[in-house]
Amino acid sequence: MSGRAFVFGDDIDTDMLAPGAYMKFGIAEIARHCLEAVDPGFATEVRPGDFVVGGGNFGMGSSREQAAQALCHLGVAAVIATSFAGLFFRNAVNLGLAPLVCAEAGRIAPGDALAVDAQAGRIENLTKRETLACEPLPGHLLAMLRDGGLLPHLEKKLKAGRR
Amino acid sequence: MAGSTLAEKIIARASGRARVAPGEIVTARVDLAMMHDSGGPRRVKPMLERLGVGVWDPAKVVLVSDHYVPAVDGESAAILDLTRKWAVANGIARFHDMQGICHVILPERGYLAPGMFCVGGDSHSPTGGAFGAYMFGIGATEMAGVLATGEIWIRTPRTFRIRLAGRLARGLSAKDVMLHLCRTLGLSTVRYDAIEYAGDGVAGLPMVERMVLSNMSAELGAQTGLIAPDAATVAFLRAAGAGIADDAIDRWRSDADATYAADWDVDCGGLAPQIAAPHSPANADAVDAHRGTRVDQAYIGACTGAKLSDLHMAAEILKGRRVTAGTRLLVAPASQRMTAAAAADGTLATLMDAGAILLPSGCGACAGYGAGVLAEGETCLSSTARNFKGRMGHPGSRVYLGSPYSVAAAAVAGEIVDPREFLA
Repeated sequence: MSGRAFVFGDDIDTDMLAPGAYMKFGIAEIARHCLEAVDPGFATEVRPGDFVVGGGNFGMGSSREQAAQALCHLGVAAVIATSFAGLFFRNAVNLGLAPLVCAEAGRIAPGDALAVDAQAGRIENLTKRETLACEPLPGHLLAMLRDGGLLPHLEKKLKAGRR
Repeated sequence: MAGSTLAEKIIARASGRARVAPGEIVTARVDLAMMHDSGGPRRVKPMLERLGVGVWDPAKVVLVSDHYVPAVDGESAAILDLTRKWAVANGIARFHDMQGICHVILPERGYLAPGMFCVGGDSHSPTGGAFGAYMFGIGATEMAGVLATGEIWIRTPRTFRIRLAGRLARGLSAKDVMLHLCRTLGLSTVRYDAIEYAGDGVAGLPMVERMVLSNMSAELGAQTGLIAPDAATVAFLRAAGAGIADDAIDRWRSDADATYAADWDVDCGGLAPQIAAPHSPANADAVDAHRGTRVDQAYIGACTGAKLSDLHMAAEILKGRRVTAGTRLLVAPASQRMTAAAAADGTLATLMDAGAILLPSGCGACAGYGAGVLAEGETCLSSTARNFKGRMGHPGSRVYLGSPYSVAAAAVAGEIVDPREFLA
């Protein structure tokens, strides 16, 4: 997958990703307001295949998985950060959105063109012509991401069990 | 071979192993799955339908409506309606509709016991750790997976031990300890590992105050915040109707030779009241740093800061005093039972006489869902756990965090003050 980088700082929280005032609505409405507190133009500018890049503790706060789902809805292909809040990390994988831990995420600038191989844990920065390594994901999570998230993964398992 | 921590013992038991080591990924059986109206039925219903399965064990599910209560518009009414119908259709007997906040309902109704392995569809689920249960928050898709299978994967965490020593001075509470820890440790030092609170400073705290330590472990980045059970734990839960085994205290504690990732010490006796400035709990400092900040709204609410004990703290300050003109004090007690108890013991009368405005029990304005949200430019001092930008209303509002003592004192003074001045 390849796309442009949208770069944010440390401690991007779930209230920024999925603001409480819109939580009673469906994901399309929540996604319209995704990250507007820190970048009002994000939801309209981001295109399918783009990447969100954060600093430390990305996704801290609530268990609301709409924080990850809003990014999925906008077509974000993966989230890259130096570290993730544990709950957001699990939610992202469950929804089929790869959370990639990259110690050198800070080297990525806004607008950089990236090509990402989530399964291999590799980020090619096409603009800067450099390769960044990600922490490898455990095997069971790579399998879940390959299936598109927890629900399709479970669907497959349940079908296999019924046969 | 070194001993095991309490976290490791519970995960080993739940995953059917003799022992587990930090880093080990296992599949555990879930003893209790708690969810609320926001992340619960409205989200998991279509997922379970897609999977073509029902709830694996309705007796292990607790459902609480607390986020959109009472309904104020078409959307919230529909969410609550769906929640109620799903509870009936799926045989959820432990459904508590508008009775209080989920994290408070669980111990209040005696649903927790030491050694249990529990998940909750809310990030403040570590609150259950105060009762010696390994409890952590999960999202709705993961909850659907638990409801379908009764299982969840977990990476065995390391355990960080936080030792509290000494007694808090009058006018301080567990909230001050946690804000102090948010500042000193930051919000990501504990990366989804477990915290265990220990020491005489914990033993001396009543259960409702211990809940604040476990609750705000979420802010510290922990997966859970455990406190080993003692006589107070067992007495509290048995009084609430829980069946607690006689060996619970001996069984569910860390071995003396268990390995901790680190030990941190807090001198409770030397602590001053703490206030966290916008927009992070980590922006905490002694109250003197923020003294004189004007407050439009003083808010006592949420799972963190509106239990009966918190209302008592506010009443101690407010007895014989008035909320000052130009400042409003909103109080949303954490449960209906606590509201009733506060009515019976005179606490509510004290709050009302002082000019407090009583709100329904529920999550309220804490996450911007319920009554009491803020306008642009307004400043609030809140007894809740989080003050992220825009969380309690307009992104241009400012939320400070403090103890119920500090919030009540600010309501009287119209600005942030040291609550100890009102307790002389």
